[in-house]
Amino acid sequence: MKNLIKLLSVLAFISLAVTTSSNSAETTKLLKTDWSFKGLFGKFDRGALQRGYQVYTEVCASCHSMKYVSYRNLGEKGGPEFSEAEVKAIAASFELTDGPNADGEMFTRPAKPSDKFVMPYENVKAAQAANGGAYPPDMSVLVKARGGGVDYIYSLLQGYEDAPSGITLDEGVYYNKYMYGNKIKMAAPLSDDLIEYGDGTNATVEQMSKDVTTFLMWAAEPHLESRHQMGFKAIIYLIILTVLVYFSMKKIWSRVESEV
Amino acid sequence: MSDHEYTPSSKVGKWFNDRLPLLTLANHLTDYPTPKNLNYWWTFGGILTFCLITQIVTGLTLAMHYIAHADMAFESVEHIMRDVNYGWLIRYIHANGASMFFLAVYIHIFRSLFYGSYKSPREIIWIIGIIIYLLMMAAAFMGYVLPWGQMSFWGATVITNLFSAIPLVGEGIVTWLWGGYSVDNPTLTRFFTLHYLIPFLILGLVVLHIWALHVPGNNNPVGIDIKKPSKDTVPFHPYIVIKDGFALLMFMIVFAFFVFYSPNILGHADNYIEANPMVTPAHIVPEWYLLPFYAILRSVPDKLLGVVAMLSAILILAVLPWLDTSKIRSAVFRPLYKQFYWILVADVLILGYMGAMPAEGLYLLIARVATAYYFLHFLVILPVLGFKEKTLPIPLSITEPVLGGSPNLATAKHKEDIVK
Amino acid sequence: MSDKKPKRREFLFTASYAVGAVGVGAVTWPLIDQMNPDASVKALASTEVDVSSVKPGNTITVLWRGKPVFIRRRTQEEISEARSVKMEDLIHPEKDEDRAKNPEWLVMLGVCTHLGCVPLNDKGDYDGWFCPCHGSHYDTSGRIRKGPAPLNMEVPKYEFVNANTIKIG
Repeated sequence: MKNLIKLLSVLAFISLAVTTSSNSAETTKLLKTDWSFKGLFGKFDRGALQRGYQVYTEVCASCHSMKYVSYRNLGEKGGPEFSEAEVKAIAASFELTDGPNADGEMFTRPAKPSDKFVMPYENVKAAQAANGGAYPPDMSVLVKARGGGVDYIYSLLQGYEDAPSGITLDEGVYYNKYMYGNKIKMAAPLSDDLIEYGDGTNATVEQMSKDVTTFLMWAAEPHLESRHQMGFKAIIYLIILTVLVYFSMKKIWSRVESEV
Repeated sequence: MSDHEYTPSSKVGKWFNDRLPLLTLANHLTDYPTPKNLNYWWTFGGILTFCLITQIVTGLTLAMHYIAHADMAFESVEHIMRDVNYGWLIRYIHANGASMFFLAVYIHIFRSLFYGSYKSPREIIWIIGIIIYLLMMAAAFMGYVLPWGQMSFWGATVITNLFSAIPLVGEGIVTWLWGGYSVDNPTLTRFFTLHYLIPFLILGLVVLHIWALHVPGNNNPVGIDIKKPSKDTVPFHPYIVIKDGFALLMFMIVFAFFVFYSPNILGHADNYIEANPMVTPAHIVPEWYLLPFYAILRSVPDKLLGVVAMLSAILILAVLPWLDTSKIRSAVFRPLYKQFYWILVADVLILGYMGAMPAEGLYLLIARVATAYYFLHFLVILPVLGFKEKTLPIPLSITEPVLGGSPNLATAKHKEDIVK
Repeated sequence: MSDKKPKRREFLFTASYAVGAVGVGAVTWPLIDQMNPDASVKALASTEVDVSSVKPGNTITVLWRGKPVFIRRRTQEEISEARSVKMEDLIHPEKDEDRAKNPEWLVMLGVCTHLGCVPLNDKGDYDGWFCPCHGSHYDTSGRIRKGPAPLNMEVPKYEFVNANTIKIG
């Protein structure tokens, strides 16, 4: 039993050391908020996801693509869970180029739920050309591609400030206290009441930041809810089996120990 | 080891066994006499077998969906994560499984270092183990390249460029490795091929590793040979099977926490950005399990010597059985070695930490000292210690510690008298 | 006490084995299910085809879910030939009226029901299709008449969106 405790503590120590070392190099303290999807039973807030989608389409989507997400995903379980009719209507509101048809020509048609999100630019070069050389990153896995994850995105959206004296900014460059190097080529995308929420929620910058970040988290991890649910079951199962095997082991080894 | 004659009870069994002695093998494996005083540090061999099989099974299924092409690799990984049934689960098990594999292998290696399991007559087991470890690193590195994210791409660039340190032919070798003038599609496809192949090589070596183990039998915490098999050992099944199973389950609980609740914590965020040959990420760091060697590489200010130091740090382990001159195996009876052992553990952890930090200022200095100490330990301390150290008396048989806990001089002496 | 011991031991072992077996089963399922059609494949439900340019007596072939679909605009003779066949002469009795709701248009999967080859158009003893792989003959309604195939060629779910467009699936 003593050895067991030693073993467990070493395991715990190593995993702790590993986690903390890979999480280092945070400079500015990020803003925190209560994310509903964190924790053992974390789930997305359906309302936040739907509002977040609205922020994404009305604000972000004019520059940022989301090329790995399909319209059908919006109606899937564990996501914003729009109804089937809503998903069809959302998809149909976008036009995309398809083809070639029988005459060998490309044509435009309304998007279907099975299509991927229509991209704002044809390609990376076009996106760069339209944005002063900076490519607005694809948002499909953006929260997983940034060190601070959701907290970083949430903070960044609220981190626009006037540059402190001594820092000069070029044309088309803005100051953001959470951005790596503090200089960002995206103008502050959000302002109070920029959009009108369908459900009547007050559209403050903070609210929109939280909603759209929740939406981005879902876009990056669409199976998060089933992962959490399955994880809880798996671990409970493993604990039960461990206990059973532990007592079986005691029983089996008692033959040896009693005999000695 | 001499197997007692085994004859299957059924006629069909006997017929089959006379032609292919699989039943004899199975019988050998279940009856294999194992020291009864093995502690939980000895369960990691079984855990590692589990890790290997998990990686092979999940890897095979991922390969059914993955596309090894520079333009499609990243997308195909996202396809696995989003659309393939349970794809996210299989990929997260595979990705975290690599880390769990290394966690287990490090414990396995350090267990061997503590209890002197590498010493005569187990040198071959140890050397096969080192080869397995090297192959694991190769497999892990190439596997990390496959998602074709930024860390994949730049990790591949940096590691393959290590070979350019070789005088004269270095540049040619790097171009040959790449199949081009930079890391690109040909590099990706060959890495995928090798990543697929290496686990099966490891599997073969694992068989040899276990075969070589079954010749002298297991070492044990007191490090002395088995005197009376009937008293000192238990059959592998069910005693060791159930104990390994119990330890494996606890290991799986830790594993499950990573897979289900922190699947990306051991990876690097930059690898969720698609590879871009025009932009290098701000901090290039290898996966945590390679960090100590990365620190050694960076602490030497010369390109060639850095590579040599890094490789030597691993290869030095292969000659360890001859560097350690002590006749006593277990650190339990080597008070001085025990202390140096823990200093080495700390040294390696420090190296690992320094590998994750930027190579500058104090970090670099500490990394250099730690690197020097690492080699000092193996090249100076160990050989000298064997001659200078005053070891504690070892017990007569391993039944002793099972009974009394820690071995002590008095009882050992007493027993000796009785035997005489 | 000593009488009870074996029982408890047995229960423990049985329970461990049973719970362990459940776990192995639960782990096996994802490994099997990953080979089933994924979500993106399942989402690709339908294809729309413009048939305005197809003349009577001609067949076009379109791809739907990775399989060829024959869309034939039948002539009057073909229709009457298909509709005059007696049910008892058929290997797999199906009325032409059920297979082609709009008699002029026959829409079916161009896959031989024997072993999956694509039959040739306007060939065979029944003026319909002929499968070159193992010699199955289909009539002008795509019904199996002779050869090893057991069933008629399958009619997928389809509808006319308008006079010129067919939506398959």
